Amino acid sequence: MNGAVFIVISVFTLAAALAAATLPNLMHAAFCLALALLGLASFFFLLGAEFVGLALVFIYIGAVAVLIVFTILLTRRDPKEHYGLNWSGVLIALAVFAGLTWAVLKTQSLSIVPPHIRALTVKQIGQTLMTGYVWPLQCVGLLLTAALIGALVLVMEEKK
Amino acid sequence: MSSALDQIFIHAKRWLLSWVAGAPNWVIQITSSLINIVALVAVFLTLFALISVLERKILARMQNRYGPNRVGPFGLFQPVADGIKMLIKEDIVPARADKVVHFLAPVVLAAVAILTLGVIPYGRNMTAFAINGGILFFFAVGSATELAVFMAGWASNNKFSMLGAMRAIAQMFSYELPLIIAVLPVVMAVGSLVPDTIITAQGEYTLGVVPRWFVFTPWGAAAFILFFVSGLVESNRTPFDVPEGESEIVAGHMTEYSGFKYATFFMAEYLGMFAVSGLAVTLFLGGWHAPVRMLEFVPSYVWFFLKLSALLFVYIWLRATLPRMRVDQMMNVAWKFMLPMAFTCVIATAVWHYAGRGLRGWLWSLFVIVVVYSAMSILLDTRRKFAPRVYRFAE
Repeated sequence: MNGAVFIVISVFTLAAALAAATLPNLMHAAFCLALALLGLASFFFLLGAEFVGLALVFIYIGAVAVLIVFTILLTRRDPKEHYGLNWSGVLIALAVFAGLTWAVLKTQSLSIVPPHIRALTVKQIGQTLMTGYVWPLQCVGLLLTAALIGALVLVMEEKK
Repeated sequence: MSSALDQIFIHAKRWLLSWVAGAPNWVIQITSSLINIVALVAVFLTLFALISVLERKILARMQNRYGPNRVGPFGLFQPVADGIKMLIKEDIVPARADKVVHFLAPVVLAAVAILTLGVIPYGRNMTAFAINGGILFFFAVGSATELAVFMAGWASNNKFSMLGAMRAIAQMFSYELPLIIAVLPVVMAVGSLVPDTIITAQGEYTLGVVPRWFVFTPWGAAAFILFFVSGLVESNRTPFDVPEGESEIVAGHMTEYSGFKYATFFMAEYLGMFAVSGLAVTLFLGGWHAPVRMLEFVPSYVWFFLKLSALLFVYIWLRATLPRMRVDQMMNVAWKFMLPMAFTCVIATAVWHYAGRGLRGWLWSLFVIVVVYSAMSILLDTRRKFAPRVYRFAE
């Protein structure tokens, strides 16, 4: 059962990701990206990590996808115009792919049977964030607040 | 007897499942989920039909006219007539529209609304999707609404649609913050994200009379009001129906929709309204618990739907009473008032918890909320006199 679900979700996610990379219409690509992220979130659900999956849906589909869509809308150029192959993009993609492959191959658990780990509950995550990781959390909060204030300063009405 | 009536739907489901008892495990799982989904959709589509006619009746009563009274007794079969009308209407797709996305937008919107309805407990043991972290699921799935609205606005290839979608996203983003932060006090007080646990925590009675619903604590009352108003905005209902303000931008993101697709939008809006009200009932009004111990023999789902109907009545009442708000005023309220108040509720809950959750905690949290509220009302007072509006870009 789990294996079948895994294959279905993988095909769905890969198809959506491929569509996001190749579709000529940018807006369609953005919607497909949201679909691919949904597929990734369902992997987490399959693994029993509900919190991470929900957070992924929440942040990436609810916020980041809308942000991307808005960015495309506000900076839209003529969709008919064809852009050549972007070599720096290819380089970055290859570098990311190589890094991920290296990390996956170095992981020990690929060869041995993984021990049965209970997924973290929301309570445990909250406690970890509030004790061991409280300073990183505060730093992220500070960064986000600074970004918010920066956005406000950018759009503030100029006094005559 | 009363418990048999209370659990009648659970027994019915068990009986249905006994038909596939010999089948492999995954068949039983899928059948069980399907029964839940069918029940959910059936109940809420009926409620939608009922509310659509009741809303028109109540609005008519408040505006001193009759309302629909031609189809059936008291016009009660009006939704049937409306449904048939919507089904046989022509479905027009604009020539320059993006056909696929134009079709998908209402579907996504309705699907999201139905999914969010699933995590709410409608009675004892009556949660359609009992997952760990149901509250988070509600908001995570609900956040896809914005994308669906944007899809509708963009795919229509119409400037009114686009403007409506932009307005909708702006207001939904702004009010999602107070909406979610107003939920935090309850999650903090209970220590759980599971709706069933939150309802169990509200099951007792203080001195045997007053139910321990969170709305009866100062922080709960404040958070409930914030949640309700934000929910009103999220469902694009009348005082906040800027995205579809028909006197300004035709029908917002729904301008280019007709026939059954328009009906789907309409339905999704109502389902979203049910979901937010249902969550408000779950979080603050004690869910399916009876208000008085003596009345606990009444089945739990009856209490839930009574509370839900009361909230829906307030929605309709507000629609009949209040005019539409201006966009900039709405944003100001969200960022300058609602958000700080929501954070105050979080702090007041902490105070309530550490002062012993009793009368002392009650008074201390009231003190915190009153102090912050008065400070903000002084701080935010612009001392602006009401005067004719000055236009910057017109005239």
